[in-house]
Amino acid sequence: MAEIPKEKLLWMYETMVKIREHEERVAELFAQGKIPGFVHLYIGEEAVATGVMAHLRKEDFITSTHRGHGHFIAKGGNIKASMAELFGKATGICKGKGGSMHIADLDVGELGANGIVGGGIPHAVGAALGIKLNGLDNVAVAFFGDGASNQQNFHEAINLAAIWKLPVVFVCENNLYQISLPYSKQQAIKSVAERAAAYGIPGVSVDGQDVFAVYEVAKEAIERARNGEGPTLIEAKTYRFRGHFEGDPQIYRSKEEVEWWKKNKDPIVLFEKTVLEKGLLTEEELDTIRERVKREIEESIKFAEESPWPKPEEVLEDVFSTPTKGVLVWQW
Amino acid sequence: MAVVREITFAEALNEALDYEMSKDPKVVVMGEDVGRYGGIFGVTKGLIEKYGEERVRDTPIAESGFIGTGVGAAASGLLRPVVELMFIDFLGVAYDQIYNQAAKMRYMFGGKAKIPIVIRTVSGAGASAAAQHSQSLHALFIHVPGLKVVYPSTPYDAKGLLISSIEDDDPVIFIEHKMLYGIKGPVPEDPYSIPLGEADVKKEGKDVTVVATALMVHRALEVANKLEEEGISVEVIDPRTLVPLDEETILNSIKKTGRLVVVDEAYPRCSFATDIAALAVNKAFDNLKAPVKLVTAPATPVPFSPALEKEWMPSTEKIEKAIRDVL
Ligand SMILES: Cc1ncc(C[n+]2csc(CCOP(=O)(O)OP(=O)(O)O)c2C)c(N)n1
Repeated sequence: MAEIPKEKLLWMYETMVKIREHEERVAELFAQGKIPGFVHLYIGEEAVATGVMAHLRKEDFITSTHRGHGHFIAKGGNIKASMAELFGKATGICKGKGGSMHIADLDVGELGANGIVGGGIPHAVGAALGIKLNGLDNVAVAFFGDGASNQQNFHEAINLAAIWKLPVVFVCENNLYQISLPYSKQQAIKSVAERAAAYGIPGVSVDGQDVFAVYEVAKEAIERARNGEGPTLIEAKTYRFRGHFEGDPQIYRSKEEVEWWKKNKDPIVLFEKTVLEKGLLTEEELDTIRERVKREIEESIKFAEESPWPKPEEVLEDVFSTPTKGVLVWQW
Repeated sequence: MAVVREITFAEALNEALDYEMSKDPKVVVMGEDVGRYGGIFGVTKGLIEKYGEERVRDTPIAESGFIGTGVGAAASGLLRPVVELMFIDFLGVAYDQIYNQAAKMRYMFGGKAKIPIVIRTVSGAGASAAAQHSQSLHALFIHVPGLKVVYPSTPYDAKGLLISSIEDDDPVIFIEHKMLYGIKGPVPEDPYSIPLGEADVKKEGKDVTVVATALMVHRALEVANKLEEEGISVEVIDPRTLVPLDEETILNSIKKTGRLVVVDEAYPRCSFATDIAALAVNKAFDNLKAPVKLVTAPATPVPFSPALEKEWMPSTEKIEKAIRDVL
């Protein structure tokens, strides 16, 4: 990892800390009743989004999941606008019409979080098809969970990408649970990466708590895609430190198990240890980043709290983009 | 005056696709057997020879996967896909990509997304294709906000509406009745577009308004022409697009005639027919001189035997009876 430029190391740390801080504050705000609906937090999985996104440009596309805040942040989405979206405010990134499960920002190539498990996987393939037919050297990355890898959309999309050799990378975040169902009871194979063989593409499994390891496998897969060599399936073995959603009583796993992961496999702690031991970054540099991030998140919360609610008449807007003569948005 | 040549409904659609592909390199065609085979009803014939297999893509049988791919391609802003769902009956295996993804993205993303995808599909009974290849499921699309739904009845309308649909920035479901592919009609060679949301008065009349869709437009016209000899004047309206709906043309006609019959091949409840009946009752009640009559298929699966299928479909006899009932 000596070859990772210092700029990139600083970015990685900032991104992971930003996701962590964002999610911890969101958990509190949700508990206080300030954020409505469901929220699915990404705490513990920060290294996956960060290691992959370290190789992406603004013009590259991603598709995300119900657990999408981390992907959005790592792709460079606007945090103030996304925080306002979680509150349901008019200044939200989706004007208060999407919420946590639909955080999206086409301006940074984020084609959408998705409330339908597996629903976004073919969208990345579609973006990759567009990239290929337009002769661009961009890529698309589909993020999804271990549970989603049992869906038809996963199998159909990966098969299409394989036969058409599209510039897409499939990143399975195997956090060992599909709500309550453990991985061992979802599929008979040891690793989701094994599924790649069935589609004639490379599959690789990586420690998703080690951002450097994710960085390495993502680098190779994204280079392959950019070079026209087709898709790769990456399985990042990871763990969510919190429940499936906020309020989940977590009766399906033991406290000891969760504590073990927090103690031994926290991706941020592991990163800090490595960069300090190797002398790649200093304590001061890390402290500065943490403080900056805290301020930024606090500002986003302030912005969200102070933002106005959407106006009632906005409920009828944004259904269609091309106006027509006949009645489009029906109300009796 | 130049004589306009007559071509089939399928050929008219083919010309629309050809024109759009020649004009805009972002337009791509995808689906099962759309390439070398030219589509199982011949609509995409010759396109692969002209535009190559990059832009005319044969897909595996993976409707959710390739429709979802079309949705992503459209959302990315890089392509304008025209995706073929071989039969509307296969909707179930791909519905999520249509009603939860394509239809909602723009709204959920606060108006940022444009989803310029056209999903072409085949509808309707009359070919003894039995219960899983004969349905008219357009109500399942009309019901979902965010989709435009087009259902043409003539070769002329087919060409002009498909051109408009491909040029539209919203997801459009373009439905083709399988019994119409072979019918011929006048179609200009030059490209032209018919705006979505404009109904067509296929025959003017003053005694009864008949609103009919696709194949049923032809049956309604047959009955209207027959009744004319008796001095009964029937106005036949083809909405052509079900979303957006040209309320104005329909309501003006009801106001003129005071009588309404709706003919639609779909199942009866929560249908296009009940929707138009509700429209009449809500917005033209004072003009109605008789109860609104609906002529639809019954709420059963579509039978196979020609003898039963004929009974299942709205027939000219049933349409005639309904018109006489409201007079
Ligand atoms: C099609 C569909 N089925 C079920 C659900 C309910 N649901 C939401 S998240 C989830 C578990 C997803 O597990 P996984 O893909 O492993 O992702 P993770 O939550 O672990 O990140 C389920 C069942 C859904 N939203 N969509």
